[in-house]
Amino acid sequence: MTDRKDKEQGKYQPLSYFQLMEVSLRELLVEKGILTEDEIAREVETMRGRGYERGTRVVARAWCDAAFKQRLMQNGTQACEELGLEIPALKLLVVENTPEVHNAIVCTLCSCYPRVLLGIPPDWYKSRNYRSRMVREPREVLAEFGLVISEQTQIRVHDSSADMRYMVLPMRPAGTEGWSEERLAGLVNRDCLLGVAVPKGPQD
Amino acid sequence: MINRRHHDMGGLPAGPVDRSQHEYAEWERRVDAMSVLVGNKKLCTVDQRRRNIEGLPPEVYDKTGYYEKWVLSLGESLIQRGVITTEELARKMAEVNERR
Amino acid sequence: MKVLKAYPPGHVRTPYYIRGHTGTIERLCGAFPNPEELAQMRNGLPAQPLYRVRFSQQSVWPDYRGSASDVLEVEIFQHWLEPA
Repeated sequence: MTDRKDKEQGKYQPLSYFQLMEVSLRELLVEKGILTEDEIAREVETMRGRGYERGTRVVARAWCDAAFKQRLMQNGTQACEELGLEIPALKLLVVENTPEVHNAIVCTLCSCYPRVLLGIPPDWYKSRNYRSRMVREPREVLAEFGLVISEQTQIRVHDSSADMRYMVLPMRPAGTEGWSEERLAGLVNRDCLLGVAVPKGPQD
Repeated sequence: MINRRHHDMGGLPAGPVDRSQHEYAEWERRVDAMSVLVGNKKLCTVDQRRRNIEGLPPEVYDKTGYYEKWVLSLGESLIQRGVITTEELARKMAEVNERR
Repeated sequence: MKVLKAYPPGHVRTPYYIRGHTGTIERLCGAFPNPEELAQMRNGLPAQPLYRVRFSQQSVWPDYRGSASDVLEVEIFQHWLEPA
């Protein structure tokens, strides 16, 4: 594909310098037999299809199975593998919210994120403002997200500075006793898994 | 002389968090895919790519989008590794540009 | 443990804001190839111990306005840590 027209725009648009570089790198890598167009396309589709559902499945299982939750807290990566989630090279650390502790995740240095469980990070997570302020004024940042944490609750901000990747295990909403894992997973969104939101309750 | 590098921004004053999300363009997705694939094939490491992003001039770092930084860094990393040469990339970019 | 108050060039994964501060070890994460070396196209071996270190927010930011119990947890390689 030579990208004379960027397909999704449907009409002629000049390529930016960066788009030019993308095409050029791709063509060179293919010409040299390092990658194929097919491999690239398949990887694009894999990532396109990956939202945060795997993360919510892990949470729902932890809510329903205390022994699994124990194993998850001890070795996040291994516990996820039990669920048939192939997570190559992910060193997962799950941090649990309780009435006493609220956890939130940031990567101040770049945008490290548990992509295998949550997909591609949102623009805000990669933004200067989030990366700068979250370690210094987490309560103010969370309030901007609409989440106010009581003074009595400890906030732990995790700066994903090296090899570990983090996911928050939110508190299970009250009034969900006996719910199926699938139904429970539906209460959790990506922002809950980063600690900038909490799951909806059954009444919401 | 204490030196805070431009990407190392934890704790700096900053404005409100913009929560809007842009629609990913296909070229951005391909940059992501290529970066992952060359890493899988051990042709370059994520650390090297990060280092190249960190080395961008501050005004470039601030004014470019996420995948714009990634594509610059991918190109730089592949050149550093000798997977491609600067000349090859220059010629290819000129050629692609001519097709438009 | 205290984080070294050092500002070397090259690729470093110890955030600027935490250098020179004192915290407690929360856990040893394991040993990983040194990213500072991996970034320079070397293999980063032998793997280096990586710790998660917990810092009191109030001790890190003089103007911290949150709860006195709030903490920051940062991954720091052993070679960036010294006894407090």
